[in-house]
Parts: sequence; structure tokens; C-alpha cells
Amino acid sequence: MTIMTYRQALHDTLRAEMLRDDSVFLMGEEIGVFEGSYKITAGLLKEFGPKRVRDTPIAEEGFAGAAIGAAMLGLRPVVEMMTINFSMLALDQIINHAAKIYGMFGGQASVPLVIRTPGGGGQQLGATHSQNIELFYAFVPGMKVVAPSSPADAKALLLAAIRDNDPVLFLENLALYNTKGEVPDTDDPSTGTPAEIGKAAVTRPGHDLTLIGYSRMAHVAAEVAARLAESDGLDIEVVDLRSLRPLDRETIVESVKKTHAAVVLEDDWLTYGIGAEVAASISDGAFDYLDAPVRRVAMAEVPMPYAKPLETAALPSRDDVINAIRQTLAAVGHRATPLAQGVPHS
Amino acid sequence: MPTQARQRRSAPQAPPGQGAADGDKTADGRPAADKTASPKPARRPAGKGRAASRASSESDGQLRAFYRDMLLIRRFEERAARAYTEALVGGYCHLNLGEEAAVVGLMAALKPTDYLFTNYREHGYALMRGIGPNRVMAELYGRADGVSKGWGGSMHMFDVTHRLLGGYGIVGGQLPLATGAALAIDYRDGDEVVMCTMGDGTTAIGAFHESLNIAALWNLPIVYVIINNGLGMGTTVAKSSAEPDLYKRGAAYRMESARVDGFDPVAVRDATAKAVEAARHGRPYLLEVVTERLRGHSVVDPAKYRTAEEVERLKHEDPIQLFGAKLTADGVLDQESIAAIEQEVAEIVAAAADFAAKSPHPAVSTLFDYTYATPVANDSRRLPGQPLFDPEPLPETATAATQATATQPTATQTTAPGAHA
Repeated sequence: MTIMTYRQALHDTLRAEMLRDDSVFLMGEEIGVFEGSYKITAGLLKEFGPKRVRDTPIAEEGFAGAAIGAAMLGLRPVVEMMTINFSMLALDQIINHAAKIYGMFGGQASVPLVIRTPGGGGQQLGATHSQNIELFYAFVPGMKVVAPSSPADAKALLLAAIRDNDPVLFLENLALYNTKGEVPDTDDPSTGTPAEIGKAAVTRPGHDLTLIGYSRMAHVAAEVAARLAESDGLDIEVVDLRSLRPLDRETIVESVKKTHAAVVLEDDWLTYGIGAEVAASISDGAFDYLDAPVRRVAMAEVPMPYAKPLETAALPSRDDVINAIRQTLAAVGHRATPLAQGVPHS
Repeated sequence: MPTQARQRRSAPQAPPGQGAADGDKTADGRPAADKTASPKPARRPAGKGRAASRASSESDGQLRAFYRDMLLIRRFEERAARAYTEALVGGYCHLNLGEEAAVVGLMAALKPTDYLFTNYREHGYALMRGIGPNRVMAELYGRADGVSKGWGGSMHMFDVTHRLLGGYGIVGGQLPLATGAALAIDYRDGDEVVMCTMGDGTTAIGAFHESLNIAALWNLPIVYVIINNGLGMGTTVAKSSAEPDLYKRGAAYRMESARVDGFDPVAVRDATAKAVEAARHGRPYLLEVVTERLRGHSVVDPAKYRTAEEVERLKHEDPIQLFGAKLTADGVLDQESIAAIEQEVAEIVAAAADFAAKSPHPAVSTLFDYTYATPVANDSRRLPGQPLFDPEPLPETATAATQATATQPTATQTTAPGAHA
């Protein structure tokens, strides 16, 4: 195990996979000479040359589509979209093509493509550069969408994504790049263990309430759970979704069956957001187990403002999460009392 | 960013401007339309029959084969239209009627190992790539034996063996993909070429420009082909393109380009061969093939936007009639041989329709077989109406209460779901 940043884990994994497999190559804006807007690809151009670390023109639709076409012929392109906001320029290629080609042609060609891209607000980048639109991709059958929250998962899920034969949207987050965590060593490329796409993880076991998040908000969830354990003695279970498509409903529902209460955290907008799907899944699978309505903590439904106080107000904070937890637990207590008289809790 | 390998294979690059200048002539040497002229449709000059040229080296057998292939496409498309009106074919159905010479000429210049990406008007291309008419027709019928197993339909034919890497239904969608296929060939230092065909309307879309720019920057082995039939659905080229001489758009990317008469299969084949040769040496190429769409945009389009003059003109603009007349005049074909070809083609098309009608529908049990190439945990395989989770059995008291007082909730019912136990 090595302690490293999320950024370093991504970098090392890309490098290891390029060493392991000649068909893996990188494409994107400013990933070579400039070494990446967020320096994930630093040093790789020097090591692998311009054929495998390919700087592209500013043409998201063009180079995303080119990566898809190259993948159809069996290469394993890893595309960097500078931010997820810019990926919207490539929606036609990703959604109408990458996600469709395997099915639309009766399984004759697959698209082993990874699109790495950071979401996230909080950097005063304003309305067009602070969005969390992973939902667009998670909505579409044929896509796989993963959203690691820790350096270890960043490595394990990136390994899985690169070795997968389907298009994978690999969601990163600006606020996570400098976070640190333990990561299995990568010196020998063959030793990395890929994560299983489509599986959530219970990152902290507990009994009082289930806190569900992904990407940055899974990180926030873990922090809040630790803080409330210390301050209030609360025993909160944290579920890190890790995969948005497929969504691991089983793990979510099993957790809620145990805790009887859930708060869902997301950086995207609330209405129609990822949390709505999680809440609906809980309703479907654990309706009879709930002691309080499922709460969602999401971004305010506005275009992200630039001014710092407004931006801060729009983004879900740790205090917002703590309030939602307290209110949910209060509701549980409120319902538990009369219920306990007639129907015994297990 | 050319790779070393590509540079090695490449002939010396044309100096800036030369490639574009090459486009100022049509492929058979005739001057292109006047640059200063107001945007008029790209039509062949009157009096010069599109089927007029006959390469002296062309064997009679080859010419007859071209005629036969053109007629096969014609009769196949007519049969497809009939099947559509009989509701045996669903969705959209776009036909190659009028484009037969273009399709035959283009496909004749490709090696079996070259790749083709095309759009939704692709039945003829599928046939000419060598895919059996039975499987093409079966795809139109949505059957399991179809070239895309019934998953694609008219717009989405695909066959790895014959290297048809897709008909695509989204205008322009195939261009970045084809460019990427060419990138993969270059990456592996291969010798194949990618051809990417599109309609005239596609030249207005962003993907066209992004793709040509990337291909030219990276010296990719690709030929972009504009099938200019004068109309994007009902919108003329003049109304959709500020540069109606579409091949000239290559100049913006210092890409060699040319325009060719799409009624002459030999001219198209020769122009394509030149383009493919350039691409094989890492010089992407833009070829404009001027042709006609004899019917509506799709089977159901009566094309009422066409003027009476246009309709009248088209009565005399049929590439098969013109080519057939020319070959007859040249002694390559006669009534007897034409009748024999008609007979052969009719039998093939009838057999294809028969095969398609008898081919089984895809089994509903295969509905979830093609969502992912790599099986994945928690992949949803639910039909509409199925619950996400199997409902747990209700306690007996609750069931009884529900049955007894369906419209009037009782205290029992409200508290009964104490399934926590």
C-alpha cells in the first residue's frame, strides 16, 4: 500500500495500462505538451510519444467520435474531456453512437472506450463550467458510468474501465484530485486488481441511517459519518455508489432494510437527479422498512453563480448533510414511538 | 501529428493549395462549375451524357457487370419500396434510386479489406460490398437472419466480414467514427483505407468539418465521399451550403478534392481509385459525386417540393437507362442480354424477398443480449411493468383487510406494513 493522491492514482494507472497493452492510447485536449489541464497525464507524452498520447484540436465531437471509431477496430482509447461540461459537445457521438453500436448492429462490434472527465463545482468557474451532468450518460443503456471517490477506487475502476469492452464514462471531480488515500502498489502493471463495475460499496457499516453518495459526495458522506459518530455517537452506514450505470440497487436496499432511514447526497440538481433514482429504488425495494421519508441533499436548482457566497450557498455543504440527517432521524423517532406500541421493531 | 510509419508510406505532401487546385477539374477532366456563378445546383452540363465516357481499356464484361450491379440495386430498392407499402418493412426506408452508378463505381474501387462507413441510404452499398441480398432484405424485414440480426433495420446495416462498418441514421454521425477507424489503421501501420460516404446536406454539420480537419492534420487514410443528389430531404444545396461546389470545402483543410459525374460508373470508379490511392498513402481525400435522387427522401415522401420542370427533367435522368442506352449503342449490350440480366436480377430479388419473409423474427428472449459486450453486475433485464424488486408477501391480516375494505383504509391496514420484523 502506498498513500497517494487521487490524481497520482489516475496517472499511475494510465501509465501502467499503457505499459501493459499497446492498444491503450490517450487522446484529448492539452494532454500531451501541456500535460493535461489537471496534470493527470504529466510526463506521459515524453514516455510514450505522440502516437499514444495524442493532443487533439478543440473538437470534442470529432475526437470523441474518432476514439469510438478506433475502438470499433479494437484499439482501447482513453479520452480525456477537459471537463464534463465540454462533453456535451460530443453527446451525439457518445450517446447516439458509442452507446448504440453494440446493440444497433446486433453485437457485431463493441466499443472499448473510456472517457475520463471531471465534474464538480466550487471553483468559481460559473454556470457553464461547474455542472454535474453525469446523469445524461447514466440515463443511457449501453453506457457504463463509474464515479470513484477514493484514490484506491480511482485506480481499481480505471483498470476495470480500460479493460472493459463497452464505453465507460469515468467521472472524476475537481475537488478530489488532491485528496489522499491508500492505494495498492502499481509497480508491476499486471498486479492491479480491477474493481467490478456495477457494484456499490458499503464504505462504513452502521445501523442508524444510510448515507448514500458518489464521487465527491461519497467523500463528504464518509467525513460527515465520522464526525457525527464522534459528536453524537451516531452509527451511520455509508454507501458509495461507485457505479451509476449499472446502479447497484441491491446494496442500497439491503442497507436501508437494516437502518430504516436514508439520506442521498448528490452534487447534481435535485429534480430528476441521480438521487431521485436512488430514492425510487428504495421505495420499490424497502418501502415497508422505512421509518422516515428518503431525503435528498443536492445542488440548488440554479445555474451556478460566480460570486463566492452565492456559489457556496448553491452547493451542498457538510452542514446541509448534517441537518438532513438530524431531521430524518427526528422523523424516525417521531414515527417509531407510536409504531413501537403496536408493531415491534426487530 | 503524422506517425513515422505514415510518413514513410506517404508520397511527398503536395504544397499548400495544390491539392485544392486539383479539385478545380472534374475527375474526367471537364472544367468544374464557374466559381463566380450564383449558387446553382451541381448538374452535369447539358448535352454531355453522364454515361458518355467509356474508358477504352474497359472490358465489355466489366461494363456489363456494372450494368448488372446497377440494375440489381434498382430492382432491390423497388422491391424494398413495395415491401414497405405492404408493411413488411417498418421505420424509415431511404432508397438508392438514381444513385446506382455512384454506388457501383465507388464500391468497385475498394479492396475487400478496406472499410466503408455510410449513412442511412445504404442498401445498395451493402449489396455491393458483397453482402448477400437475402440478408440485406431480411434486415429490412427485421428478421433474425438480417445483416444486423434485426436490430438495425434499413438505416443500420453492419457486417464485419465485408467491412461495412455501419449505416448510420444520424446525419454526420458516421464521419468522426470513420475518421477514428482510419486512425486505428494508421496506429497499426496498416494498409487499408476507410471510405466514408455522406449526403450533400451533411457538409453543413460540425462533424464534417471537425473530421476533415482531424484527418488532414493526422494524414489519415480516408476518403470522404459526398453523394450530392441536390437535395437534403427537401432543401437544396444552394439553400444549405454557402459554398455549393461542395468538393471545394476540402480546400479549407488543404485536402485534395474532386467532383465526378455520378451517372457514369466508370468515371466514378476511376475518380474513386485515385482518391483511394491518395488515402492509402496517408493523404485524405474529398470526392463529390453528383447524382440524382429519383424519388422522395424516403419511401413515404411524395417530393411535392419539386417543381414541374424538375419532375419533367428527371424523367430523362435515369442513370440505368442512360448507361444501358450507351452500352447498347456501343454494342456491349443488346435486347437479349439486357433481358437476361433483368431475368437474373429479378430472380435474385424475388428470392431475397422470399428468404426475408420466411426468416424468423428475433426471439424476445434475446432482448437483453446486446446491451453490453462485457457482462456487468446489476445490468437491468426487466421488461416494462416488472417491479425492480420482487414484492415481499404481505402479512395475511393486511391481505384480508385489503380485500375486505379496498376503498376504506382501516387502522389495521395503516399499521400493518410492519415488515421490519
